[in-house]
Amino acid sequence: MRAIPRQKTRPAIFSYCSDPAILEGFQWLSCYLTTGKHMGFYLSFGTVLLLLAITAPLALAFGFFGASAARSRIAPLAIFGKGYIAIVRGVPDIAFFLFFVIALDQGIEWLRHKVKCSDWDEPIRQGNDFVVCQIAKMPLNDSPQWVHEAYGFSLAVLTFAIVFGAFAANVLFGAMRAVPRAQIETAEAYGMSPRQSFWRVLVPQMWVYALPGLSNLWMVLIKATPLLFLLGVEDIVYWARELGGSKTERFTDFPHGDWRMWYFLALLIFYLAFTKVSELVLARISRRLSKGQATLAGEAQRKEPGTAAEATT
Amino acid sequence: MSCFETLQAYAFRSLGYGERLLPRSDFTLCEQFVLIGSGLIWNVYFGVIAIVTGFFFANALAMAKNSPRRWLRSPANGFIFVFRGSPLFIQFFFAYFLFLSLKSVSPIFDPLSAAWLGALIVLFLNTSAYSAEIFYGALRSIPKGDIEAADAYGLSGWHRFRRVIWPTMMRLAWPAYTNEAIFLFHATTLVYFSGFPAWRQKGDALYYANYFADKTFNPFVPYPILAFYFILLTLVIIAVFGAINTRLNRHLPQERRTKVRFKPQMIR
Repeated sequence: MRAIPRQKTRPAIFSYCSDPAILEGFQWLSCYLTTGKHMGFYLSFGTVLLLLAITAPLALAFGFFGASAARSRIAPLAIFGKGYIAIVRGVPDIAFFLFFVIALDQGIEWLRHKVKCSDWDEPIRQGNDFVVCQIAKMPLNDSPQWVHEAYGFSLAVLTFAIVFGAFAANVLFGAMRAVPRAQIETAEAYGMSPRQSFWRVLVPQMWVYALPGLSNLWMVLIKATPLLFLLGVEDIVYWARELGGSKTERFTDFPHGDWRMWYFLALLIFYLAFTKVSELVLARISRRLSKGQATLAGEAQRKEPGTAAEATT
Repeated sequence: MSCFETLQAYAFRSLGYGERLLPRSDFTLCEQFVLIGSGLIWNVYFGVIAIVTGFFFANALAMAKNSPRRWLRSPANGFIFVFRGSPLFIQFFFAYFLFLSLKSVSPIFDPLSAAWLGALIVLFLNTSAYSAEIFYGALRSIPKGDIEAADAYGLSGWHRFRRVIWPTMMRLAWPAYTNEAIFLFHATTLVYFSGFPAWRQKGDALYYANYFADKTFNPFVPYPILAFYFILLTLVIIAVFGAINTRLNRHLPQERRTKVRFKPQMIR
């Protein structure tokens, strides 16, 4: 009999895990690594992948609009686009992450406040407080926990998309300028309007030029995911600190010393593996895209012995 | 408190001199400017020392990576891959907890778990890896003719390296290296957010900016101030590295000189 009854959050996966105190070696480790908290840790890897899956297309869209705006002939739009590209230069990005999360949160609440409580007469900024009416709170105070988490995550995604959208805008802006001028002139000679030549000639051709920059950006995006921790999302860094800290007999079935070093070593290896896999995939995409292109890479592929046979199969 | 008094009280607060207590209420613009500027001392400290020491190690690494000998090449490759392939944030965390566990082995390792040394070592290794990759790329793109000319003059070994290969390598690498320096200064803001404790609230610029943003719930003042300081810092770096670039290119006709172009910064 144990003196302190322990709370079980979840039935153990392996049957022999029912009494961890008598386990040793590999069995102990296998039980330890399958506790409910560790399942949360593994799920947080999913959070990271989900963030990447949502942020990448969103940032690309932001970047596309930014780059198109910067090319615009309407002056305010062009200034806005160029300003957006320039704004993340010269300032540490982590400052942007910390800034945008609060700024977006307050911006949303402020807008809701203006719409929903228009008869409110007190100022919103009272000294050091940011006060909005109850029904303007985002998320509402009485909403369930998952809404709070989802809201925090969406704010993080939006922040990532804004910052990386600026990087992507810069890459796409360069790619748009790299498309040979003769192509656009030909389109104009065929009587296409600026809009038509943009969508039908420029946009389809720019991707080859944008790919090196975009693959670089993808690598950077992967390496930026641990910053989620700073935005208050329970991500892998959060869990690694949580699980790695020393645990005493009192609070857990699996007491251990300070193992945070090993948890972060695991994260380091995870990121290295992720980078390596991405490198291989991107190299394949690049080969695929430059096939038959009139670029140096395409020419090298054509001359390579054996590729001609490969192409026919 | 007048602004001059604030300056006296907080100008070197990040080093532990002056007023011990941080302002707690009625934050003035002056206080925010002075404290964030005081924190910038740490960013400059980390950045300058890591860049200067990392420069030498990066040269050695680039040479090793270019070596025909396998036992030199593969460790250099591995080192560069590890530091370029993983986030600096995770490297900081790992290093901090590694240093913490070393601390229990022997008191010699005590200073390692403080930011001024521990974080500096991580930054040094990190910038060495990134710079080595830049130098290696430049080394590989030295025009063949330059080396042939050196051979024709009868230069070989150390002389050829010192007088032909190395200066050309530096010249080719310099624009990219300038950007690397800028990124490194920006990366120094991660230090106090990654485990390394800000002992007695002696932190860097972002630490204080975050302090004010947390206390006032108003991100619209401290972060633009931080941005202002960093844009200033970036301009200084560009000026210094640009001057070196002009010197490296002084033998070339104007239009063949490579210009330092500021590319958007990247997280690591």
